[in-house]
Amino acid sequence: MATTEKQKSDITHKYLRPQKSFPSVWCPGCGNGIVMGAFVRVVDKLGYSKDEVAMVSGIGCTSRLPVYLDFNSLHTTHGRALAFATGVKFGQPKMKVVVITGDGDALAIGGNHFIHACRRNIDITCILINNHTYGMTGGQGSPTTPEDAISTTTPYGNVEKHFDPCDLAMAAGATYVARGTVTHYPQMEKIISAGLEHEGFSLIEIISNCHTYYGRLNRKGDAPAMLEQFKENAITTGKAKKMDEQELVGKYVIGKLHEDNVKSEFCCEYQKLIDHQKG
Amino acid sequence: MANKKKKLLQGNGACVEGAIYAGMTFYAGYPITPSTEIAEGCAKILPKLGGRFIQMEDEIASIAAIIGASITGHKAFTGTSGPGYSLMSESLGYAYMTETPIVVVNVQRGGPSTGLPTKVGQADTMQARWGTHGDYNAIAIAPSTVGECLTETIRAFNLAERFRTPVTVLLDEVMGHMREIIELPEKGDHEVFDRVKPTAKPEDFEAFEMTDNLVSPMPSYGEGYRYNVTGLTHDVHGFSTNRTDETIMKLDKLYNKIEHFKDEIFKSRVELVDDADVIFISYGTVSRAALQAMQIARKAGAKVGSIQLYTIWPFDYEMIKRATKNCKKVIVAEMNMGQICHEVQKVLDPSIKLETVQRYDGEIITPMELLEKLEEVL
Ligand SMILES: Cc1ncc(C[n+]2csc(CCOP(=O)(O)OP(=O)(O)O)c2C)c(N)n1
Repeated sequence: MATTEKQKSDITHKYLRPQKSFPSVWCPGCGNGIVMGAFVRVVDKLGYSKDEVAMVSGIGCTSRLPVYLDFNSLHTTHGRALAFATGVKFGQPKMKVVVITGDGDALAIGGNHFIHACRRNIDITCILINNHTYGMTGGQGSPTTPEDAISTTTPYGNVEKHFDPCDLAMAAGATYVARGTVTHYPQMEKIISAGLEHEGFSLIEIISNCHTYYGRLNRKGDAPAMLEQFKENAITTGKAKKMDEQELVGKYVIGKLHEDNVKSEFCCEYQKLIDHQKG
Repeated sequence: MANKKKKLLQGNGACVEGAIYAGMTFYAGYPITPSTEIAEGCAKILPKLGGRFIQMEDEIASIAAIIGASITGHKAFTGTSGPGYSLMSESLGYAYMTETPIVVVNVQRGGPSTGLPTKVGQADTMQARWGTHGDYNAIAIAPSTVGECLTETIRAFNLAERFRTPVTVLLDEVMGHMREIIELPEKGDHEVFDRVKPTAKPEDFEAFEMTDNLVSPMPSYGEGYRYNVTGLTHDVHGFSTNRTDETIMKLDKLYNKIEHFKDEIFKSRVELVDDADVIFISYGTVSRAALQAMQIARKAGAKVGSIQLYTIWPFDYEMIKRATKNCKKVIVAEMNMGQICHEVQKVLDPSIKLETVQRYDGEIITPMELLEKLEEVL
């Protein structure tokens, strides 16, 4: 792909793999690109070297993200990213290990790995891009598809209940949990940055748009329209405290939801064990 | 060679010793009878050596974790039994596709499903070749003594690293739990192969470059190469492709890196076949009975030979053909309803009759049973 001067001057260009992995699989207007842009800007600001970052993902549209970036990238099997990432992090604790995952990948097929990675409090930053559907396979219902929503496998409305990934992560033992949306860009950079710098398991949930499937099936309009809806439905943690459960239905509480800097991290604990046993 | 340290060990324990000897530094696993002692042994020894052990939430996670660790440069290991080996299948395929060295011990029990958890079987022999979907080539080996559990595990790691591929070590419940006194090898007694690292500059590096032996040098994450690893069919750079020519190149590489160098992998013990009328063909625990039956029969004047397969996959058809050319009958003995016998049949001269002894009731095949069969066919 030809690169313009403007693209070259953009900070993101430094981190893309333009010759090899583009064009991307994403639809025009997909929120995944916004998250990718935020991620590389944060990494640049934090001054991480490309070599020390490993990005691990499973299968899905979202899970293609690491392939486009010039880090150590591991695109694995559906749902298993956190298990692979556990091997990478525990195998090479110096590395900054980031998992990029979708709502289906993390919470359906990968649900078991998700709760156990939280429980171990292993130092992995998990960015879960929640578009409320299975994008790659064409808009089926996922564990975050809201009640009554239409998907290709809930053609008459979803009769199941949905997961709140942040609640799940907190209950399972994650030590940094935050939510953002692709519309709230500066806040998204802030929580990604905090998650990367946190020592322990961090979950960053980013609400994103799949206008192609979820949006179309539920008459939510195109990408800009969906981004506008995220803006309307986002509530900051401060405001949310003053609202009751009923008022919060269908809203996204955004911001830092949980932080624990006391609980010990898995790899550090194991290192202590090694030091003790080696004597 | 005098005064080597001796130790009374189970087969499972000997696998741990072998893995450590080979330089294994990372184990992830999930408990399952009759393999659990491998995990327990690793949990105990690894931190003392600066290595790492983790009990994962299931076998799917276990194989994923060892693949991740292997990519960061560890010699990585797991042990399991049938149900766990089945759960590992998908990511075992990922390791074949991404050419990631790992060693998986499957201590076989009776099956299918939960089957006979505390009893013996060899019914995963075909699964070790064809267990995951798609076209690929596989290496699987089978020891028959506790000492061989140690040495064959070393060999498994060497093969995994040499060929950049998963290697399955097929034990069975009896092999895993039987105790024998073995000599512990010292440094230098056995060759230890370490994976070949790239010498190219990162900017010239092709992650899956075609080489003379079809195995690409493998860097570890963090060493400056920043390559892409994916289970999607990929080009030499590691990026997914739908191109027919690149697809053929990748699959041929996976297949031929083993096929063209299988002489390095084959290992068998061929005894007294030249004048034999009847030859036993066996592997794993059953080979102990076959060797004993052969010796008893020879003493009684019967012309009996034995072929023991240490390497099951790739299957050494040529050796079977050569070693059986003068005999009248072969007896393939295995603890399943007939798996390797079909491979033998493929190359057996039509004039040679194939007989079988098969047990799938959770008990081992004894020398007595083999002698009875011998009497019947002689
Ligand atoms: C074992 C397995 N089952 C099913 C699939 C098919 N599959 C591919 S992606 C996907 C869903 C992905 O959804 P999500 O994780 O929400 O990501 P998105 O595509 O929406 O970004 C499924 C079911 C697969 N690849 N592997």
